[in-house]
Order: sequence, then C-alpha cells, then structure tokens
Amino acid sequence: MNMELSRRQFLRTAGAGIAGTSLGALGFGGVEEAVASAIRPFKLVNTTEVRNTCTYCSVACGILIFSKGDLKKGEKATITHIEGDVDHPTNRGTLCPKGAALLDIVHSKQRLNYPMMRKAGSDTFERVSWDAALDKIARVLKDDRDKNLVTKNNDGVTVNRWTTTGFLAASATTNETAWCTYKVVRSAGMVVFDNQARV
Amino acid sequence: MTNSWTDIKNTDLVVIMGGNAAEAHPCGFKWVTEAKATRGAKLVVVDPRFTRSAAVADYYAPIRQGSDIAFLLGVINYCMLNDKVQWEYVKAFTNAAYLVKDGFTYQEGLFTGYDEQKRDYNRSTWDYQIGADGYAMVDDTLQNPRCVWNLLKEHVALYTPDMVSRITGTPKDKFLKVCEMIAETSSPTKTMTSMYALGWTQHSKGSQNIRCMAMLQLILGNIGVRGGGMNALRGHSNIQGLTDIGLMSNLIPGYMSLPTEREPDFATYMSTRGFKPLRPNQMSYWQNYKKFFVSFQKAMWGAAATPENNFAYDYLPKLDVPAYDILRAFELMNQGKMNAYVCQGFNPLQAFPNKAKLASALSKLKLLVIMDPLETETARFWENHGIYNDVDPTKIQTEVIQLPTTCFAEDEGGLVNSGRWMQWHWPAGSPPGEAKTDVWIMSQIHLRLKDLYRKEGGANPDPILNLTWNYKDTHEPTAAELAKEMNGYVLTDVADPNDPTKKLLEAGKQVATFGVLRDDGSTACGNWIYSGSYTEAGNMMARRDNSDPDDTGAFLKWSFAWPANRRIIYNRASADINGKPWDETRKLLWWDGAKWTGYDVPDIAPTAKPQDVGPFIMNPEGVSRLFARGMMRDGPFPVHYEPFESPVANVIAPKIRGNPVARVFKDDFTQFAEVASKEFPYAATSYRLTEHFHYWTKNNQVNAVLQPEFFVEISEQLAKEKGISNAGWAKVSSKRGSVLAKVYVTKRIRPLTVDGKTVHIVGIPIHWGFVGAARKGFTANVLTPFVGDANIETPEFKAFCVNIEPTTGPVA
Repeated sequence: MNMELSRRQFLRTAGAGIAGTSLGALGFGGVEEAVASAIRPFKLVNTTEVRNTCTYCSVACGILIFSKGDLKKGEKATITHIEGDVDHPTNRGTLCPKGAALLDIVHSKQRLNYPMMRKAGSDTFERVSWDAALDKIARVLKDDRDKNLVTKNNDGVTVNRWTTTGFLAASATTNETAWCTYKVVRSAGMVVFDNQARV
Repeated sequence: MTNSWTDIKNTDLVVIMGGNAAEAHPCGFKWVTEAKATRGAKLVVVDPRFTRSAAVADYYAPIRQGSDIAFLLGVINYCMLNDKVQWEYVKAFTNAAYLVKDGFTYQEGLFTGYDEQKRDYNRSTWDYQIGADGYAMVDDTLQNPRCVWNLLKEHVALYTPDMVSRITGTPKDKFLKVCEMIAETSSPTKTMTSMYALGWTQHSKGSQNIRCMAMLQLILGNIGVRGGGMNALRGHSNIQGLTDIGLMSNLIPGYMSLPTEREPDFATYMSTRGFKPLRPNQMSYWQNYKKFFVSFQKAMWGAAATPENNFAYDYLPKLDVPAYDILRAFELMNQGKMNAYVCQGFNPLQAFPNKAKLASALSKLKLLVIMDPLETETARFWENHGIYNDVDPTKIQTEVIQLPTTCFAEDEGGLVNSGRWMQWHWPAGSPPGEAKTDVWIMSQIHLRLKDLYRKEGGANPDPILNLTWNYKDTHEPTAAELAKEMNGYVLTDVADPNDPTKKLLEAGKQVATFGVLRDDGSTACGNWIYSGSYTEAGNMMARRDNSDPDDTGAFLKWSFAWPANRRIIYNRASADINGKPWDETRKLLWWDGAKWTGYDVPDIAPTAKPQDVGPFIMNPEGVSRLFARGMMRDGPFPVHYEPFESPVANVIAPKIRGNPVARVFKDDFTQFAEVASKEFPYAATSYRLTEHFHYWTKNNQVNAVLQPEFFVEISEQLAKEKGISNAGWAKVSSKRGSVLAKVYVTKRIRPLTVDGKTVHIVGIPIHWGFVGAARKGFTANVLTPFVGDANIETPEFKAFCVNIEPTTGPVA
C-alpha cells in the first residue's frame, strides 16, 4: 500500500490550475482563463496539514487535520477539516460516525474557554484568572497535605502516604501528559490516584 | 492486545464475546471483515443482545449477562472430553504437567483457605509442589492426579452442555455448535482470535472472564501465533498508555508495584521480587526488576536517589490497603474522609455506579478541581437540572474550580493503541480562549507547591523539592523532553568490562533498549517498557513507513510497539518445541539453527535454544498458566459466580452470593436487590452505541442529532407483558434509583430460559446527561450497583437487576 503519489500531492497538483491539461495543450488559453476564474480554489490547498490520531477509541485511526494558519510558523491556526489518513495501516482512511464528526468536537459549543470558579453554596460559575485558580489549588493542596500526610504508621514505619486529596487521571491525554501528571502526583505522596482504565 | 488490529486478518475464527466491535470499534472491526473475505474466516458472536457484530456473524448464540465463565468452562470441558487439544503446545508451553500442593481443593464454589469474615482466601496451598532441586515438580506423562491438567479436568467436569444451558440460558444446540466451531482451532494450522471489551471487564468477576478465555486459547494453542491471541479492545485512545505509565493507586510505570507498609525497607520490598526461575534455564525476565525500579527512582529523583538512601525508597508512599481505586475514593469521600479531588479529563459523576452516592460524596469535598476541554456533569454536580439533577445548590458547600484544557487536535505526543503501538501526533490548531495544555497546568501546580514548601517548609517536602524537573522551560516541558525521560537515558559513563578503553554506555545518551538499564544508579528510565521509543536515532513513535513485507500485518516500521517494537507478544510460541512454525503458511518466528528469526522482534533471547527456554519469558516457569497459583484473589481456576444482583440463585453453589471475595462496602450491600427479587425481576445491562463515545459526543452537534435522547431496549415479549408500547415511556428502577426513558421494543433482545425460569433482559445505553447538545436525559449509572471486580475493582455495570413499568413522559 505504498503510494507513488500521495493524495496530498495529488490535491496540490489538481488545485494548481488546468494549464497542464489537454485544454491548455490544444491552445484554448482564453477558455482556460474563463474556466479558472469561475472555479473556486479547492479549499484544502490553502491549509496546513497535520497528522494526528482520533481521540476516541483505541483502534487509534490515523487522521489528517487541515488548518487555516500554521502553528509551526507561530501563526494562530483554526482547524477547518478533519479526515481519515489513507496511509494509516489500520484504518486506511476510513472513519466511524464518531471519527467522521471530529471537527464538531474540536469546535463544540461546550468547549471550555476560561478558568471558572463556583463558590460554596453558589448556583453559578464565575470567571477567574489562571493565577487566582492555580494559587488557590496550590494553597488547598499544601494545607491539606501538611495536615494529613501520614509520615509514619502506628508501627513506626515510614509510609509518607497522603489519602485526603485524590487525583483522577484521564484516558485520552498523551503518554507525555500522563508521565508529567504521574511525577507531580506521586512525588506529593498521593495514593488516591486512578485513571479511566478502571472502567 | 497480545496481537494487533491488522493481525486479525490472519485468523480462521473470530469469537466476539464480552464486546461488540462492529458497534464500538468499527474501523478495527474491518479487519474481521477482511479475514472473512480473504481467508474465509468465520465470526461467532455470543451476547445477550443480537448486536451489530451479531448481525454480520456466521453464528450467533444468546447468553445471559454475567454467565460467561459457565459458558467458557463448558467449552473447555468439551475440548478436553473430545480430545480437541493442541497437545504439543499444551505439554510444552503450559503448566499442565506441574504438580499442585496436596492441600489445594475445590468444593461447592470455594477453594481451600476461604475466610468468610474477611471475604478473602489464604492462598498458601494454591501453588506447585517444589522438589529438592528447588524447582517446581512436573509429570510430563500427565498421569499424576495432582497435575494441573487433571485438576482442571475435574474442575470443569461439572459444566456439561446441560448445565451450561441451565445457567446461561444459551440453548444447548447453540452452545454445542459454538463448541464445535471453537474446537476446530485446536489444529496446529487453525487459529482463533478472542476480541473482548467491557462486556467482560465490567463484572464482579471480570478478570476471571478474561482468564477463562485465555486458558481456552492456550489449550487450543492459539496464543503467540498470527491471527490468535487475547485481544482487549480498549476503550479510550490512550487508556493503554495511562495503564502502562501506572496512573493508578498501586502502580509504578511498566507494571511494577508501589510498596505496601509491610515492606518497610528496600531489601524487604525486593525480597518478594526476585523471580527466581521455577524451572531450569528459564529467562524469568522479571529478574531484572531491580534495574527497572532503580532506573525509575533515578528518573524521578535524580541525584537525590543514592545507594545510601536505597535510591530514595522512602520517597514513595506505602499503601495500607490493596489500592485506593475510584470506588474506594468515592466511599471515603462519602464518609467525609477526603477534602480535595482533581478530575483530569474524566467525568466520574457519569462514569461510576450509583449516581446518588457519587453526588453525595462530591458534596462533602472542600474543593473539586476539573481539568477538561469540555463541560462535564461532574463540574456542575451542584447545579439544579430538574429531574435530571435534582439538587439544591445552596446546600452544597463544595468549591469547584474548572480549568479549560486543550484537546487532542491542539497538543503533541504519543498515544498507545490496543495493539500497543505508540503513535505520535502533532498539534494542528490553536486552543480556544485561555485553554492550556494539561502539562502546563500540572507544571504550575508542581512549581507552586515547590515554591510553598521552599518558603514555608512543611510535611516531608523532599520528594517534591527533589523531583527531577530539568526542562528547558520549567513551566511547560515539551512532549519530546517527557518522552525521552520515559525512554531512559544514561547518567554516568559505564565502561565496557571487556575493554576498559571503551564505553558500554555514555553519559547523556538515550538508552537504545531496556536491556542496558542498570541497578547501580547509572541509568534513569521513567517507564522501562517504553525503552526504545525515543533513542539516539530519534523519535521511533513518529515513524510512518507502512511497508509490510509478505503482508503479514506486522508493520514493524510504523510507529513503535512496546515492548521492544514487538507486534505479537509470546511470538516464540508460534513455533513448536524445536522452533519449527506450527503453520508454514502463517509462520511468524523460527529457529534457524543458531538464532531466532522471522517477521517480528523475537519475544525470547535471540540465541535461546528452543528446547531449553520456554516462550513465556515473564513467568518464572517459562510456560503459561492454566492454573494461576495465587495470582488471582478469587481462585487459580475460574468458577461460575452470579452477579451480585441476579434473577436466579447460583446453580452450582446456591449459598454463594456474587463473587465471594469481591470487596463490598457495608452500606452498599444494603443497596443490592436480593437474589431472584420480585421487586426487581429483570436482568439489566448497559452498553454503548456506535454514534456516541461515552459522555463526550453528546457535546457534538452531529452525534447529538444522530442519537438525540436516552432510551432503553426491551423484547416484544416483555413489552406485551408490561403493556409498554414502542416509543412509549417507562420508569426503570433499581434498588438505587429510577430513570424515565423512551422504550425501544426490539427483536434484538429476547427472553432466555434460565434454570427453568423465563428471564427478561433490559438494555440500557449510557450516553446522555444534563449538559451537552443532546436532549437532557438520565444516565444508566443512576441504576448500577457500587461493586467492582474482585481483582481490579472495575464496576459491575454489565449485570444488575431492575424493574420496568409503563408511565407518561417527563413534563417538558
């Protein structure tokens, strides 16, 4: 299944105009111009293509994400299209009803935009700054840990166990996020620690 | 998975039991279709419902949920009685010939050593007889009545076709037809793959469901071969990775375990982790445990982990209970014993059983922190949503902080698929609003804690202060930096013992393989099984060469598969005792007279002589286990136990309720319906739909349109009996709560006859809630029982009891 010409290359070629087609060769230059001006350029030609993996199940279908703007150049990038990666050995370009709708989860109205806080007894979330949210979290964790870390058990064995704060890790984050999370949680002595694999 | 998605094309028989791949893993299921189309493979589906997988099966057999072990032990019994055994494989590669201690017995549902008060066993007799030479005793003739094979034969004799049918509700002729199809794969040139998912794990005996099929696969010689294996279709995109990296109460990355308080010092900890071979010549690869452990400690704490302080052994917390899993966490929370809880991309109010208990528990926290790209019910557990979340916010004192994170399309890193392929991906879009990566957020929390401990001091600050954090930007380590730490690197030069002028390992370099890790502190490695994934040659996970010589389905140059880029684990077992492939047309690995060679990375030392060294290198025996010794809490052989809520008593052991060693918290026992309850007479099960992914896609307009609202499924017979019409409304109740649902009356669910009694099944999809783009709806977990598997505490979502009554719809 190695392809001589990748589909991406094919799209580039196809989008480049029709100068190379038989119409051009036969000398219908004027016609070509008229046709070209009437055709909207193929949308994906002006996008950046990035390889990614579907975020849902563990089949882990390869996907191609197309964006306006290029993150690598430091630009702001808006995702405009997602499709299956035809070069991927497992899914060979296909996607299921969830994978086919990935674009709408990226741009879901339920995406979170800002840190929010709900105070005790309140019936609403209020926007807070990152600093305020993180300072508060660090303060609560530190105070709870200082108060409740069990350094030695009743038999005098060093146990350094923290059971009053817990951490529930995800299932769709990267290995690298997982490792970073592991380091932070475990170094604090937290043992109420689990992830979605439990279900 | 022992194998991979693409390897499924090599099979002769696919058995889908405990899963529904066509619905939940559609693009992976295409490899089943491929096997059917190109090899003439057959598909068998055993399920309480006529599922989408069943719809394209060659043979379908119904089964009552929660009775899979009775079915599978019945198949094993059939194979043993009818000589459908891959004898050469069983004799050479399993512990069939091993002799078991005399004290070990089984009687009426229980093994030796049961303590009813503790709901636990003393497992000391569940082991081999050890000879004077220190090795396990074996009888290669299989004549000794104490050998595993004979004990197993005796154990499964009870599960006759009649008994299986009586327990499972599977008609006897259908059971026998499935037996025949499976038994054919005992031929060395036929193979079967087992594809399973949460339909097997979400039971109070989930681990034994899987183990039982693994035993059958060993008897048939289907492990380690192309087109064979035990293939767990994992649910989320990186649930495998999160498990590998050990984000669980009791784990250290790479399937090592956290110390318990019975292991006060490093020497005691290591004393039970020597993994001395139980038979001559065996690799017993866990003998390298200390190298992996010390390298992990060095990755965590670098220079602060020294030989003098036992490599910072005391920095690790030590457990007083087997694990603080999520069920225990919510139990403690509900008892008021927890103050803060962080949910990272996880929605436990939907994902765990007994929603009322979960909500009560969250209400007792001081602080709940949510990190998520999306709105979740958990983040808004305090918000009133009428009948769907009937709470009074003024009475809930929990403070909640909700932090916006990036999603998959906006971050970089590796994900591990079911087949252990570690696939790298790149960011494509800018995050919305002020959303940040999880790595940035975790770094901020760590740096702030460190700062507070520096300024104020406090309880045992050293493990936090000395945590290795030498990233270029301490506020946001790059994915490459973190991946390199997990792969492992050299801390100090190691001279070549044969030529001191040469360096075996050079400080600062990435290690090429876990084979070079050391226990003297000269190497660091975050997760030994990931060694080889990011080496001096670069990021192996980012490889995208999809060539596949001879179309074996291995794709060795695509990404990186742990361990060591091996695609089929136990692959040495694809060849016989002399190293000759069982099936020339499907060969995988073979002995060329001097070394192992083939299409995959050998799962054996390359020059290990085939007659000497067994294929199951992680086991001290060198062979696989039909008898699990003391490794499983609920028995060395599986036993049929009913779910905790069951429409019938356990036929083989009427006195036993549920799994006799499953942990049940006191208050939860009172919330189980009694056995054969008249109040809750129907056998319920929960499941997914292809249009939805758990509780995420209800936030997606497209998927919300495709499956807009909560419903339950019942048979035509039950609908008639209860006077419920298709698309009408019903109230579904369990001992823990009730939901209103639209009813889909279907031919896909039919009543079964179990022990002479008609059992109706109620099917409950799980995808709705009170936030999102779909209609507000109830969740299945209002109904489900708060009890987990005896070994790993996965909740019993797949088998419980309910009542159903017709009603009018909710007031809009």
